[in-house]
Formats: sequence, C-alpha cells, structure tokens
Amino acid sequence: MSVNQEQIPRLETADQTHAVATGNWRADFLAQPGVMARISKSMGSLPDAAAAIWDISGISEMDYIGAQLLWQGWGGKKPGRLALSSRHENLFNRLAQTGSLALPAERQGSFLAFGWLRGWLASLLDNATGLIGLVGQLVLDLMRFARNPGRGPWKEISANIYRAGTQALGITALVGFLIGIVLSFLSAQQLHIFGGDIYLVNILGMSIVRELGPMLAAILIAGRSGSSMTAQLGVMRVTEELDAMLVMGLPHGFRLIMPRVLALAISMPLLVVWTDAIALLGGMAAARLELGLPPAYFILKLPDAVPVANFWIGLGKGVVFGILIGLVACHFGLRIEPNTESLGRGTTISVVTAITGVILADAVFAILFKSVGFR
Amino acid sequence: MNAMNPPVIDIRGLWTRFGETVVHQDLDLTVNHGDILSLVGGSGSGKTTLMRQMLGLAKPAKGCVNVLGYDVTHADSVWQLRNRWGVLFQQGALFSALTVFDNVALPMRELRVLPEEVIHDAVLLKLSMVGISPEDAMKLPADLSGGMVKRVALARALALEPELLFLDEPTSGLDPHLSDSFVELIRSLHEELHFTVIMISHDLDTILALSTQIAVLAEKRVVAKGTLREVLAMRHSFIDEFFLGTRGRRALNGTGISLEACGQGGK
Repeated sequence: MSVNQEQIPRLETADQTHAVATGNWRADFLAQPGVMARISKSMGSLPDAAAAIWDISGISEMDYIGAQLLWQGWGGKKPGRLALSSRHENLFNRLAQTGSLALPAERQGSFLAFGWLRGWLASLLDNATGLIGLVGQLVLDLMRFARNPGRGPWKEISANIYRAGTQALGITALVGFLIGIVLSFLSAQQLHIFGGDIYLVNILGMSIVRELGPMLAAILIAGRSGSSMTAQLGVMRVTEELDAMLVMGLPHGFRLIMPRVLALAISMPLLVVWTDAIALLGGMAAARLELGLPPAYFILKLPDAVPVANFWIGLGKGVVFGILIGLVACHFGLRIEPNTESLGRGTTISVVTAITGVILADAVFAILFKSVGFR
Repeated sequence: MNAMNPPVIDIRGLWTRFGETVVHQDLDLTVNHGDILSLVGGSGSGKTTLMRQMLGLAKPAKGCVNVLGYDVTHADSVWQLRNRWGVLFQQGALFSALTVFDNVALPMRELRVLPEEVIHDAVLLKLSMVGISPEDAMKLPADLSGGMVKRVALARALALEPELLFLDEPTSGLDPHLSDSFVELIRSLHEELHFTVIMISHDLDTILALSTQIAVLAEKRVVAKGTLREVLAMRHSFIDEFFLGTRGRRALNGTGISLEACGQGGK
C-alpha cells in the first residue's frame, strides 16, 4: 500500500512529560514496517505515561486497535491532561467501559501422574468395545443380507469393489513388480555365493506367495482405500448425511459398513493374487538378468517349490485383512466429530491402526499355520 | 458520502459464464462509501458469484471489478486488500481447530506487530461488541449455537475494523428475535465504525431494516439500483414479486413507505 508521510502514525515525546501523537492510527497503518517499534520506543521513554501531557488531537483517523495501543500505554486510564479530538472521544469512552474484561482463568489440568495413562487406557477400551460392537453389528447385517439377498445393497458393494479393488490394480502392480525385482536381486547375489542359484525360485515363491503378496496388498489398501473410507464417513458426519440416513430409516451398518467390508473382503484376495503374480514376474525378470535363469524354468519349478497350501493361506490372509481394514476404517470414520481437526486425526489413526492390525494379524497367521505348507 | 470519494466498488462490463450458461451479461454496479447495499435477486441469479468475484475468489469471464481502487482479478491486489475488508460467510467459516478467542485474534496476530496484550484486550472488546461474553471466548466453534457462530464470525470480520464488510446471508438460520438483534448490531456498528456494507440476503425484514441502497439482480444484470423508494418505483416483474408479494407487503407495512406513493398501490 502506498502511504504518504503524514499518514504514518507517530508519537513524539519531549522532556519526558509531553507527548504528541499524529498520523493515521488505523491497524493497517500501524502494521507498516518500523512504525510499531518507534511508537513503543517513544512510549517507553515516558517514565509515567498517564501523568504526562498528551496531545492526540493531531491524529487524523483512529480505530479501536490504535486507541487500545494508547490506552494500554496509559495503563488503562485516561491521562489527566489530554487534548483529544471529539471524533475519537467515543472510542476511549467505550474502552473505559469495557476495560475490565478478562478471560476466565484456564482450568488447571490434573497433575496426577496416571491421568495421562488413564485417559489412554479409557480410549483404548472405548475403541475396543466399539470395534467389537461393530463386528457384532456386521454379523447381524450379514444375516439380514443372507435372508433377503434381493434387498441387499448390491450397488454399494459393486461400487466399493470398483473403487477399492479395480482402481487399486495399478499401484499394487507397480509396487509388487518393484519389490519382486529387489528381492530377486538381493537373494540371487547371496545364493550365488553358496552356488545355490536354483533355490531362488523357492525363496521368491515362498516369501511372495505366503507373506509379501498379502502384506503388500493389505498395506497399500489400508493406506489407499481405508483412509478414503474413513474420510468419506467423516465428511458425511460433518454434512449431517449420516443423520439424514438414520431418519430415513437407512441403518449405517447395513448401508455403509457392510458393503464396504464385503467389498474389501472380496477384492482383497483378488488383489493378493494379482500382486503375487506381478511380484513373481518382477522376480523372474530380475533372475533372468542377474542369474540367467530362464523364465520357463522358473514357471516349471514354481509348483514344486511352493506347496499349493501357501496360496490358500495367502488368499485367506487377503480376506481377513480386507475385513480388518474395512472395519477399522468404518469404526474411526463413524467416530469423527464435525470439525476439521477431528477429521484429520481420525484419518491418521484409522490408517495407523489398520496397518498395525494387519501386521498383528499376520503374526497370528504365522503362529496358527506354522506347520502348514512347508515341505 | 461525498462526491470527492471514489466509489468503493466499481464493476464494469462484467460477464460470467459457467460452461454454456451465462450468469452475468454486461453487468455494471457501483457502491459508494458508507452505503449498506443489499444485493437481491432470485435463486441462481448469481448474487453469491458476484460477491465471490468482488472478493477475488472467482474470476469473471470478462470485465473489471475494482474494489477500493484495486483490480481484484489480480492476486496481488487481494493481498493488498486483506486488512481492509472483512467477510461474514454464510456458515460463519470459523476455524474449527481454534477457540473463539483465537479466531478473532487471528487477523490481528497476522499483522505481526501488535503486542499480545493489545490483541487480548482488542479481541475481548470486539467480542463484547457482538455480545459474546469472555466466558464463551475459550469455547471451540463446535460448542457454539448458530447465532453465536454468526456473532463470532462478525467479530472476526470486524477484527481489523475494515472499510468494507461483506455479509452473506447474515440473518439466515437465526430466529426472528436473534435476527432483529443482529440487524440492530450491524446498524449500530455501522454508525460507530463507518464502514461500507455489501449484503446478500433473502430476508425482507433484514433488507428493509438495514439497507440504504438496494441492487436488484435479474435478467443477468442489475435491473435496478437505488434506495428502497427508487427501486419500488421501477416496474419490473421480479421487483413486483419480491417486494409486493404477500410477504413483501407485510414487511413493507412496517417501514411506513406507502405503496400508493410508489405508484404500485393499485396493483
């Protein structure tokens, strides 16, 4: 903003007893560089501002912020000897009326050492019961769906399969292919030292089909679809769509949660197969380059190296991970409160919980099936 | 206020298109200093779009929009104007992560020169002007009622005492009593702080109680602009429907303007 010199707010003092303010004391002029520093310096040079002789009649315009600045300099009262233009008298009268306002003292938080821990445990318990309730509701909804499939939310299910499954094909393929290449290169180098080149198929096949394929797909879907489901439900809370559904007799469980969980339970195993295949393709390509292992040999050897039980375990993991991601996403989505802070926090916690849950579930799988699928 | 002052808002030859539909066609509008201008028009007549264009939030297809001497189609001038205008959004648009106090303090803190004690007192003063007590200042927007949200949003819009205030549906969603007191509040603040107001409203009582000027948007342009009397004297189907329908007559009865005097009484 172009400011001419007379408009710049000034405060001049003399003999520690005289003060003259001129210029335009509005917020945007006070915000000009250097202005405030000069004013507070002059103000500081007065030993007792309220006792000084003030002339502020030269101020052309003033707003409450400018007035407040002087008022605070005077220590919250009008100086005894003050020359003031009548236009600005109202400002100070108003300040004198409301000068005593104060914020209520902040309530002190509890200093109990266990306060934090207790809060954390309470929220953990709260979330756990919420999730269990959600599982129960899901079972009831599935039973209702099975009794009368014709009236089920088919459209929502297929839309969710498309969004969470079909549209995720690209990213899972890309990540799977790259991980396959990396794994193949690393193992090939190590195996080459021992002259065990042909066991590359075993290592790649077992690790990808049994572990990495399901894990990669699950982590990608948790980040990609889980977060979007949470955010979607959260925004529906903010825009009161959730309430609108309830009053129209559309239960959240049957129309929102079950379709999402079902869609993930269906598309996750399919994505696992897809990720497996692409990752093996990557591994195959790298093996061809690094060890000169022909792809035909790779494919021929695969059924021997990886018992088919591993494939079924991988598929089973896909179903379980899908249900887990869907439930966690819906649980946190429905708990979002109608404000932006809660939306961000809810989405974060949903993704973190889903990924942690998937890894935990994977560990459970490893223990349960420790004697299945090995040769 | 006087002929020396350039108009606060000067819109010339404004065109707005959304795809194939033309919303504004060669629209002109000027607003003078100290006016309280109500923009009225049917749904879809582009009132909100016009306000967004004045705020630089939307760009017109053609034409120029000058606000306080700046061409707001340039992002740079919006930056220049940020401390000179205030906006009351329809839903309040309070920052939900900040308390009431911090919401009002935000524009003052953004100046980056004011000491925190001055901000503290200035915020409480602004809140008291809109009738919010210090006890409510530490609440979050989610804990406020609709009327309080509007009041706090007004306090935030007024934080830097802007020369120009935009009000988008200031009284929608308020009960009649609250909306009366809100109108009274804006009027008294207008008297005290001498700003210019651009207001979009559908509420006839609010329009009649506050505005010194009324601009009627219809047929993609401003078909009438002037005081209530001048607008009523215009013959236009929208004006007849809007002001002289049952609701309009009821509201006008309270203002003491005789319909006969406007030449519309026999209708």
